[in-house]
Amino acid sequence: MLLASLLGLSRLQFALTAMFHWIFVPLTIGLGFIIAIMETYYVRTGNEFWKRTTKFWMKIFAINFAIGIATGIILEFQFGTNWSNYSWFVGDIFGAPLAIEGIFAFFLETTFFAIMFFGWNKVSKNVHLLSTWLVAFGTVLSAMWILVANAWMQYPVGMEFNPDTARNEMVDFWAVALSPIALNKFIHTVTNCFVVAAVAVTGISSWYLLKKREEEFARKSIRIASVFGLISLIILIWSGDGSAYHVAKKQPMKLAAMEGLYRSQIGTPIVAFGILNPKKSISRLERDSLGFALQQPYLFNISIPKGLSLLVDRKSNTFVPGIEDIIQGGYTYINNQGEEVIALPVRERMKRGRVAIGALASYHKAKEVGDDQGKEIALATLKENFGHFGYGYIEKPTDIVPNVPLTFYAFRIMVILGGFFILLFSLAIYLERKGIIYRTRWFLVLSIVSVPLVYICTQAGWIVAEVGRQPWTIQDLLTTGASLSGVSASSVMTTTIMFFVLFSVLLAAELTILFKVIHKGPAQ
Amino acid sequence: MASANGFFNIISILEKIYSMKEPLVKRIWLFYYDGFRSMTLGRTLWLIIAIKLFIMFFILKLFFFRSELGVYSSQEEKSEHVIKNLTNPK
Repeated sequence: MLLASLLGLSRLQFALTAMFHWIFVPLTIGLGFIIAIMETYYVRTGNEFWKRTTKFWMKIFAINFAIGIATGIILEFQFGTNWSNYSWFVGDIFGAPLAIEGIFAFFLETTFFAIMFFGWNKVSKNVHLLSTWLVAFGTVLSAMWILVANAWMQYPVGMEFNPDTARNEMVDFWAVALSPIALNKFIHTVTNCFVVAAVAVTGISSWYLLKKREEEFARKSIRIASVFGLISLIILIWSGDGSAYHVAKKQPMKLAAMEGLYRSQIGTPIVAFGILNPKKSISRLERDSLGFALQQPYLFNISIPKGLSLLVDRKSNTFVPGIEDIIQGGYTYINNQGEEVIALPVRERMKRGRVAIGALASYHKAKEVGDDQGKEIALATLKENFGHFGYGYIEKPTDIVPNVPLTFYAFRIMVILGGFFILLFSLAIYLERKGIIYRTRWFLVLSIVSVPLVYICTQAGWIVAEVGRQPWTIQDLLTTGASLSGVSASSVMTTTIMFFVLFSVLLAAELTILFKVIHKGPAQ
Repeated sequence: MASANGFFNIISILEKIYSMKEPLVKRIWLFYYDGFRSMTLGRTLWLIIAIKLFIMFFILKLFFFRSELGVYSSQEEKSEHVIKNLTNPK
């Protein structure tokens, strides 16, 4: 069982921590901007109502920030303890973005954060407003560097592997910071944060309307949040389309898992809705290829003809490889250098990966005995095969397939809920403009229910991104298995339980304080 | 009358605090000092932050999350350890 193994437990612990951290981050980032917009209204109009409104949402922001602060540091603890090979292997690449993140977070957030909370009546309105905006942009900039680091793992560029230290060293900062994956990920994630906050503000405000309290406050909050949310959603969908385009090019297996696509065709359709056939699992592919081939991938599906081809290449007749196609290779694709090449079978890449690992070992043996010629030969072999390095750790070709059902359903949950939020924001704008929102009870209930749904949506997005790229910690270069430390499974189990308890207590604390503040309302 | 006096006292205190004659460090100190003193909900939140950071850095980090490579003093030793792991996959 995967969960009983060191790898399974280490992944579980990392996923648990990352998902917990991601409960707080999107609301902090998104709410920062909504608060800044509200305060801008206050400064422009001088109306005390906006000051009171801003202050209330600032309180919600503060609670969320306080409970969520430093939860991400636990991920860094895990890098050193559970994933030491990985953290050493990537060290120099992560160093720069994370150092910049730390400096930005410290100076921008702590300094202007203090002015935002302590500065009412102590600094001028404009200085206070500037601080609020800077806090909002500071949170986004912090997130940007983390996302750059994450994007590098999905699409490692701008680095050179140093065989002496076994570390990747950054040779082109801008290639890392501005890679197409990083840019898309940044826009997609940040707009996602905006949507989370917009749904939260709409939901909380709807609760006041349902309770017939704070009508003006709630209506105006919904007005700002729904317009902000709808604009963010449009950008989110646009960047999602860009993400799919780049995933198809750089991580085709992730896209195949997202679509539950096993064998493909020219003019590949996209599954709008579907139920996977559980009999068509990867373990079945290993033990019975004939029986596997006969199984249909879906029990039920509604597909859009040629949709996937259009999505990933803007052409209706593009061949989008499926899981089996990727394993067997032989199809043509455009590589990172823009050349048309034939995809290698996974078995061949495994062979080349082992050659690369062997070359690294030979390089160090030659170095030990002072054999310069041996070093040169080993280095040349390593360079030639380094693009397949991670495949050397793969035991069988099907090991490169991520969890298909989890990726497939998480992707659909994310997309369906995204569509639902377009409807929610559009309805909110319409009902609010018509002046009937306060008596449209079903909509108010729907808005409140949407708050947990938006968290499911955002977590589903990360599941697609992270489960979908398994078994890699760094695409094609390092597997999760090879990234592990020599720590014991029981020790990881102990710390996982501790985290679970700590996180549960923190979440309970947040919700208790949050509900109390919401219950008291903006008048307090 | 008393409240008017109180009001003018506050104004004069604020003027004093934020007057350019005050050293910058002192003004910053007073800004934070006043801010923390006037907190209500913020006190609970700071308490939660303090407890959380204590658990994270003084319990989890010290006793449960020792860096595997932290036992090596030099970069070379760390490299050797990782290279050994990478070139001898289990």
